[in-house]
Amino acid sequence: MALLEFTDKGIYCPPAKVHIDPWRPVERALITHGHADHASWGHRAYLCTKSAKPVIRYRLGDINIESVEYGEPKTINGVKFSFHPAGHIIGSAQIRVEYKGEVWVASGDYKLEDDGISEAFEPIKCHTFITESTFGLPVYQWKPQESVIQEINDWWANNKATGKVSVLTAYSLGKAQRLLHSVNHEIGPIYTHGAIENTNRIIRKQGIKLPPTRKTTGNISPGAYQGALIIAPPTALNAAWIQKFKPLSIGVASGWMALRNIRRKRTADKGFVFSDHADWQGLNDAITATGADRVIVTHGYTKAFTKWLRQERGLDAIEAHTEFEGESLERKEDKEDNS
Amino acid sequence: MKLFVQLFHRLDQSTNVNQKREALVWYFSEASDIDRLWTIGLLSNKRPKRIATIALLKEWATEITNIPVWLFEESQHVVGDLVETITLLLPMPKKENEESLSFWINYIKNLENLEEEQKKEKIIAAWQCLQPTERLLFNKLLVGGFRIGISQKLMVEALAQYTGIKGNLIAHRLTGSWIPDNITFEKLILTESPLENSSSPYPFHLASALEGGIQDLGAVSEWSAERKWDGIRGQIIVRQDELFVWSRGEELLTDKLPEYHPLADLLPNGTVIDGAILPFKNGQPLNYNELHTRLGRKNITKKAMDKTPIIFMAYDLLEWQGEDIRLRPFRERRHLLQQMLSTYPTQGILVLSEDIPFDDWGQLVEERALSRKYRSQGLMLKRWNSSYSSGRQRGDWWKWKADALTINAVMIYAQRGNEGGTNLYSNFTMGVWDGDLLMPFTKVSGLTEKEASEISAWVSRNTRERFGPVRSVEPVHVFEIAFDGIRSSSRHKSGVVLRSPRIIRWCKDQSAREANTLNDLKAFLELY
Ligand SMILES: [Zn+2]
Repeated sequence: MALLEFTDKGIYCPPAKVHIDPWRPVERALITHGHADHASWGHRAYLCTKSAKPVIRYRLGDINIESVEYGEPKTINGVKFSFHPAGHIIGSAQIRVEYKGEVWVASGDYKLEDDGISEAFEPIKCHTFITESTFGLPVYQWKPQESVIQEINDWWANNKATGKVSVLTAYSLGKAQRLLHSVNHEIGPIYTHGAIENTNRIIRKQGIKLPPTRKTTGNISPGAYQGALIIAPPTALNAAWIQKFKPLSIGVASGWMALRNIRRKRTADKGFVFSDHADWQGLNDAITATGADRVIVTHGYTKAFTKWLRQERGLDAIEAHTEFEGESLERKEDKEDNS
Repeated sequence: MKLFVQLFHRLDQSTNVNQKREALVWYFSEASDIDRLWTIGLLSNKRPKRIATIALLKEWATEITNIPVWLFEESQHVVGDLVETITLLLPMPKKENEESLSFWINYIKNLENLEEEQKKEKIIAAWQCLQPTERLLFNKLLVGGFRIGISQKLMVEALAQYTGIKGNLIAHRLTGSWIPDNITFEKLILTESPLENSSSPYPFHLASALEGGIQDLGAVSEWSAERKWDGIRGQIIVRQDELFVWSRGEELLTDKLPEYHPLADLLPNGTVIDGAILPFKNGQPLNYNELHTRLGRKNITKKAMDKTPIIFMAYDLLEWQGEDIRLRPFRERRHLLQQMLSTYPTQGILVLSEDIPFDDWGQLVEERALSRKYRSQGLMLKRWNSSYSSGRQRGDWWKWKADALTINAVMIYAQRGNEGGTNLYSNFTMGVWDGDLLMPFTKVSGLTEKEASEISAWVSRNTRERFGPVRSVEPVHVFEIAFDGIRSSSRHKSGVVLRSPRIIRWCKDQSAREANTLNDLKAFLELY
């Protein structure tokens, strides 16, 4: 019997009788982070990191939730669990599972670069590593954050100079705060869409410093937005909402912007290749750092990445079959967590 | 190359002509003379020669990245474009480079006579210092595949706006066999060329759509009537032994119409004729789409000319024997036009658009009903005493199009439109019943924004499958589609192709089963 197995409800640990990131209601759920395809509603008990808890509680409402510090061991039915930084968003974790000398790590979503706001990724030694593969093809290579932020600052400053409002789309949990934290807020005022401002409020309350932002509301005069940066979730970009900011330039910050065909499909003026997931090199480095000889691949280009690990890297790699498998690129693009 | 990359992104990300024009004007004002010149060259299909094949680039890229073939193919499947796949697989550059577009074009040109090994070395060296988009453009130039969707017309407009020089002069200056190597921006764009003033067309006199009743036009004897031909309105100019052909869009089309070239010798100098550039074979006009396809070709082959011969359907004479006669009455100009055509035979290049004799308006109503039999769009009514003035002089010239044809069809695919920063579904593929199946036959748009948001919400909930940006949906919604013409076409699965299809009504009261059939649609072919 494997220490962790993939069931129709999510990743299950039989000796401990708990699930990791389950998508159907279970008794006890260990949650890697607050994104909707990892933290779903309806479980009897939740466990996550201290810094992930406020957002998960805000999103899921009145749930029975407990939290631990990073690295703090928690033994459940004789199985030792601990949470370790995944570098994906604030509070995100890889979950280490140890039982009778065998160690597994379920990565959740992760990135290797320290973005300055999320707890930085820490490689954890293990025998079996469950990895995501959202960007598991060699065409995905990220530039350092600093260089992308420079592009964003230049775009914003240039829009300001030409009298345009800069509307930048980013997911409301994670990407939005990372951007707020990194852009040069001296260029102009920053406004946020309501969905993002609500998340910001929770994040600020847990003691994380973000630059001052204002919510875009009906009673702000359109002129006030001149030269401003507005951060909004991609779903907010409907005709009516955007109308009041004209003239404007729309930017999209997402890893998918690396591909011209996806960039052109978006009705944006500018695409920034900016992801909260590991790129190809990052995935490979993370796997190397775990020292694992067995790798289970989920979420993304599972088939190709598994083949790569088996054939070219000589690892014992297999594909996990999850509910998210078989979805088109575009569908994932629409989803909150996969950018 | 940074500036050019910015231009590329702005052009590539936009579907809006004004934004594209604005981006070009911005670029022209920022770039150096030599980069400006090269950009004009690239946008005019004056690219450097191909240096390497895509296969060779692929070989070198997989060699330096150690990517197995299967993984390359897996990546290409996701990326789509082969050159882009190569570009994205290469390692990120270690350093930035500040070299200009023309630097890199010269770099590429200098590779031309090198041995393959040396080429490889130089190309790999370039890859190591070019950013991803720079590298994409560099690679596209290497393989001779650089293309960007900008019409000559749009570039001319942008240059006119940037320089303050009139568009038709710029268009003239850009013709001919110049290459960026043997000219300067100053000489090409800013310097008057000897014939350019003699090449200028007159501003086109435009007709308005007839809205009221035909009887309201008054006395029958004051009006002429001719068919409205489905071609491109144009002016033919012969001055100083040279021929110039202009479209109404102020595009200089002379080079694209070799069949007109003998006119330079056949017609006397100082002649300007207004008419329609018309695809014409076996005594009747061909489909407008064929004209469009032929003019879109970069090289006009003999085969293309045989397949789609083009004549000029002459409507009016504007300049005769060097004299501007636009203010003379139309009746007199027509008389001179007919005289000219009989004095100077043109071997069928010029054809007179015959006027339709009529004694009462009722006769014209009947003639209009025959429009499709003549493969025309309808009728043109011109006042016999009207002058040829610039722009749209309301009241003197009317276009009286044949009634549109309509059919009720079912929406089967939806695609997001790109208008105005919205993300609504606004382009639809429509089908008609062929037995129990829906046969797709046209793409349409034309919903109001309110309807588009309503249908978009519905599409999101009722998607069957996705094919890239296109979604197939449950066949539920019926739209009434209007179109101006229909032709049979072996290239389309439905066997027909429509002219100017558009949505005129969302038939919410009708079920999909009640929509029209393929046979109903094909019955319209009988009108021709
Ligand atoms: Zn996530």
